[in-house]
Amino acid sequence: MNYKNIRPIKGYFYPLLFILALAFTACTQSQSRNTGAKSYTKDYSKTKVFGEMVAELTAPPHVPPPVGNRPAMKLYMEMEITEEEMEMADGVSYLFWTFGGTVPGSFIRARVGDEVEFKIKNHPDNKLPHNIDLHAVTGQGGGAEASFVAPGHEKTFSFKLINPGLYVYHCATAPVGMHIANGMYGLILVEPEGGLPPVDKEFYVMQGDFYTEGRFGEPGLQPFDMQKAYDERPDYVVFNGSVNGLSGENALQAKAGETIRIFFGNGGPNLASSFHVIGEIFDKVYVDGGDQINSNVGTTLVPAGGAAILEFKADVPSNLVLVDHSIFRAFNKGALGILSVTGEENEKIFAGEIMEGIYLPEGSTIQKMPKDGNVVSPPVTMTKSELIDTGKKIYMQACFACHQANGEGVANAFPPLANADYLNADVNRSIDVLLHGLSGEITVNGKKYNSIMPSQQLKDEEVAAVLTYVYNSWGNNGSEVTPEMVNKRRKK
Amino acid sequence: MRKLILLMAGFFLISNASAQTIQMALIEGGNYTPLYGVGEQSETSVGDFYLDKLPVTYADFQEFVRKHPKWQKSNVTKLFADSRYLSNWENDLKAPANLMDKPITMVSWFAAKAYCECQGKRLPTVDEWEYAAMASTSKRDARSDSLYNVSILRSYEQPKTYMKTVGNSESNYWGVQDMHGMVWEWTQDFNSIILTGESRNNGNTDAGLFCAAGAIGAKDMMNYAAFMRFAMRSSLKANFSLTTLGFRCAKDAGPQNQLTFK
Repeated sequence: MNYKNIRPIKGYFYPLLFILALAFTACTQSQSRNTGAKSYTKDYSKTKVFGEMVAELTAPPHVPPPVGNRPAMKLYMEMEITEEEMEMADGVSYLFWTFGGTVPGSFIRARVGDEVEFKIKNHPDNKLPHNIDLHAVTGQGGGAEASFVAPGHEKTFSFKLINPGLYVYHCATAPVGMHIANGMYGLILVEPEGGLPPVDKEFYVMQGDFYTEGRFGEPGLQPFDMQKAYDERPDYVVFNGSVNGLSGENALQAKAGETIRIFFGNGGPNLASSFHVIGEIFDKVYVDGGDQINSNVGTTLVPAGGAAILEFKADVPSNLVLVDHSIFRAFNKGALGILSVTGEENEKIFAGEIMEGIYLPEGSTIQKMPKDGNVVSPPVTMTKSELIDTGKKIYMQACFACHQANGEGVANAFPPLANADYLNADVNRSIDVLLHGLSGEITVNGKKYNSIMPSQQLKDEEVAAVLTYVYNSWGNNGSEVTPEMVNKRRKK
Repeated sequence: MRKLILLMAGFFLISNASAQTIQMALIEGGNYTPLYGVGEQSETSVGDFYLDKLPVTYADFQEFVRKHPKWQKSNVTKLFADSRYLSNWENDLKAPANLMDKPITMVSWFAAKAYCECQGKRLPTVDEWEYAAMASTSKRDARSDSLYNVSILRSYEQPKTYMKTVGNSESNYWGVQDMHGMVWEWTQDFNSIILTGESRNNGNTDAGLFCAAGAIGAKDMMNYAAFMRFAMRSSLKANFSLTTLGFRCAKDAGPQNQLTFK
């Protein structure tokens, strides 16, 4: 706002610049006062409590109701620690250690000045002692020492919340890294006096990195891999405890026009998160979950053991994608979630695609095909001979290893394609095999084969090309397969 | 072999003590580096001792409480056992029939100690237990063997291993079985670690096993399995009776104990 004023005076009027700088500082000061800087000047340790109640704790992605303008109270809360096998990804399970049966653990919501009596229960079937270190708690170990509890026992401890903010809690029993790596973390929100400003929807999302014996996606129960944890080489980086934690039926739901607040935490144990929501801009970020508010933010950094409050309005209907923008984690390790926004389009904000054209850069009207490119991209319409030429290249990439250079196959393992009765009998069946794979016993030229061919990740044109090549080689019947034929089978 | 043992037992007419020795393995002493608690020294020495080859089972413990009514669940002094003590038993005298060959759990330290003393034995010390438990099938000290460490850590992660039958795992170097991957085991001085560990930290007597403080003074940061055992022990009180905690007994191997007649 002051740039226009600064430009003409630059280098000339240092005193004026100084005054301006002063004005700027004053301005930021008053701004931070607006955003609650006064809260840390107040001593909440002396706040009186009025009445008592049992606090509701919620499983992710839900959060308990706001505190509103209630006075500070005495709160009772209970949390059970479990060690249980749960899903990490489709077909992959993991022995999670949890606060309240979920990863992340139950969300705790309170008000500054509240006095909390916290009971922690360690299930008798658990193998290990546990405890809880709440970053919102002032005192030895954040409560870790007072809450250290053997399996089959419970402990009660109490504390007063004297700093507002959003904080991580976690287990702090040796070996600490392993307890956190197994999912023992969650968030505790301490609202300021009068509560946070109301919004339409609130969500609880937490990121964590996991270290498994098997690589990402390897099925079965995966044990914890200590060496990978030590080396900080996670196989999984996920939101809310699993690859599917925030997608499919677990996707977050909102309506266009609603204001949304995400309480985002990062349990670690190792990685910091570059948190971003694809398709939205955070109107407000409560940096590190504290008093400082930043506006108009794309990506915000949340350290391991840290948290942030993010607010935005879901302006238009779309699937917003929550990611750790350290992007390989999003697409290869699971740090991807969906916030599905439904409702009326607003073309003033987002009009969608309005036109498509052909882009011809100057001086390059003659298109050249790459000579030895690994990717074979077929032209859209191809003659039979073009299909055969293209198909031969695809064959040498995708089929040759098993079916061999001249379609002879490998005895007892991979059936021949050369002069093959099974192939020539049914073109549609051949298309299906490429699209969907084939397993089970088949007879080709009088010999039985019982093996598995995986489905091929090829485009319609590529399937058409490679099949046309095969049908027109090695004594086969010369059929032509078109992309349209493939497309029809694909839609069945 | 069994006949020979019976013959020998009969021949010498020896008491319980020697018959039990057959159920026990001789552990030759030596020096070892504990995870915690030896001050500035890095090693501590462990003398020769005998250790039960197997954890005490429900069948063993049922025999014990039949002989010693004061350790039956309705008679036990409340100070010596919490309310979970033998709580899964059908009555004072009868353990669940399907658990007879499983390791006894839900027993307090006091009860475990009394059991061992009634057999002329005692609970092993932490050092003795750790010393015997660092042996793999082929080595006295397998702690540098990463595969061995991984297998222990993995066995600790499995749930409900207290339902396993004793004696089915491979014997370790000393002929002892089921030290890992079945139940935690009581030791004589289970609660001494925190005190010695913390007395070095400027006289700060707070529990040292929380968060980063747990690593202060530890000798082997990568021995996660040992961290888990020490954390477990430090969470206990002597009257605790846990679903996942059993015991086995030990005995000195000094000359005065080797051929004791009752």
